[in-house]
Amino acid sequence: MIHALTIILCCQLVGEAISRTLLLPVPGPVLGMAILLVLCATVPGLADRLRPTTTGILANLSLLFVPAGVGVVGHLNTFGAEGPALAVAVIVSTIAAISAGALAFVAVAKLTGRKNA
Amino acid sequence: MRDFAEIWGYLAQGPLVWLTATLVAYIAGDTLSKAANRAPLANPVLIAVALLAGMLWASDTPYPVYFEGAQFVHFLLGPATVALALPLHANLDQVRRSALPLAAALIAGSVTAIASVILTARALGIEGVTLISLVPKSTTAPVAIGISESLGGSPTLTAVLVLLTGVTGAIVATPLLNLLRIRDWRARGFAVGVAAHGLGTARALQVNPTAGAFAGIGMGLNAMLTALIAPALLRLFQ
Repeated sequence: MIHALTIILCCQLVGEAISRTLLLPVPGPVLGMAILLVLCATVPGLADRLRPTTTGILANLSLLFVPAGVGVVGHLNTFGAEGPALAVAVIVSTIAAISAGALAFVAVAKLTGRKNA
Repeated sequence: MRDFAEIWGYLAQGPLVWLTATLVAYIAGDTLSKAANRAPLANPVLIAVALLAGMLWASDTPYPVYFEGAQFVHFLLGPATVALALPLHANLDQVRRSALPLAAALIAGSVTAIASVILTARALGIEGVTLISLVPKSTTAPVAIGISESLGGSPTLTAVLVLLTGVTGAIVATPLLNLLRIRDWRARGFAVGVAAHGLGTARALQVNPTAGAFAGIGMGLNAMLTALIAPALLRLFQ
């Protein structure tokens, strides 16, 4: 577990360093994910050794959002009069974005699927 | 024997109390969510946050004191994002085979997320800094805050809106995608990751491993795309 965590933290650290040095819009952890993906694809057996640890972390991914969520509660009253409008905008837009993404995926998958078949 | 106030005064100084409380509240939320057969509204994060907000209010604890304990959990968000490489690696063949649908869904989802929030908010009379702060709401928090800053929004407000978006996505995804009759786990997961970042991904992982892997990809790709296209879309629709 300590080995796995060390590898993960190293990927994050390298990602963070690259992101800061090159002033990239991509955050360090997302670059770290890309680095770890490349490592898993090139180093045989690495994925199998990491899996027990990553499965444990990802199974409880929701937990990691709790501290920030508690911070949000304190900010809810700062929305003031704009609160309801912001809530409607966020809900409408989230529904629209999920629908658009999923429908686009299915439509293109159908088109390209036929070509391949 | 010492009185309760004295013991509490000692314990409240260290991170132990609120770190423990965060885990206990999450386990309570997760247990309730399981008991409700993972019904979307019984979201474990929502339940845990409500419980903790109640405890902070009842014990008159300011958020920075709470965060001193909770930061250890919060810190793991970074390593967890890195760990998403594993489900991605396990599904790499499927990802390669669905490159075109992924590209289409990414562009459609990302542009819709930005354009629809600007148009809806404007129609409801929201302008200026508040409107700008809404623009990156579908991307993962650190990226959203960076984008908001560079566009002239309020990073704090953006952080709040990002979380609200994530919770909304986690709650609406299952009923919405059932309604649209989308059964492809790749499409379901990816769309949720693009529209509702890590919280959407957490929900997708809970429902199906393939959906979870594709949600993680969606989250990562949308973080990059939004950073690139948000300034232009804001100018276009503002």
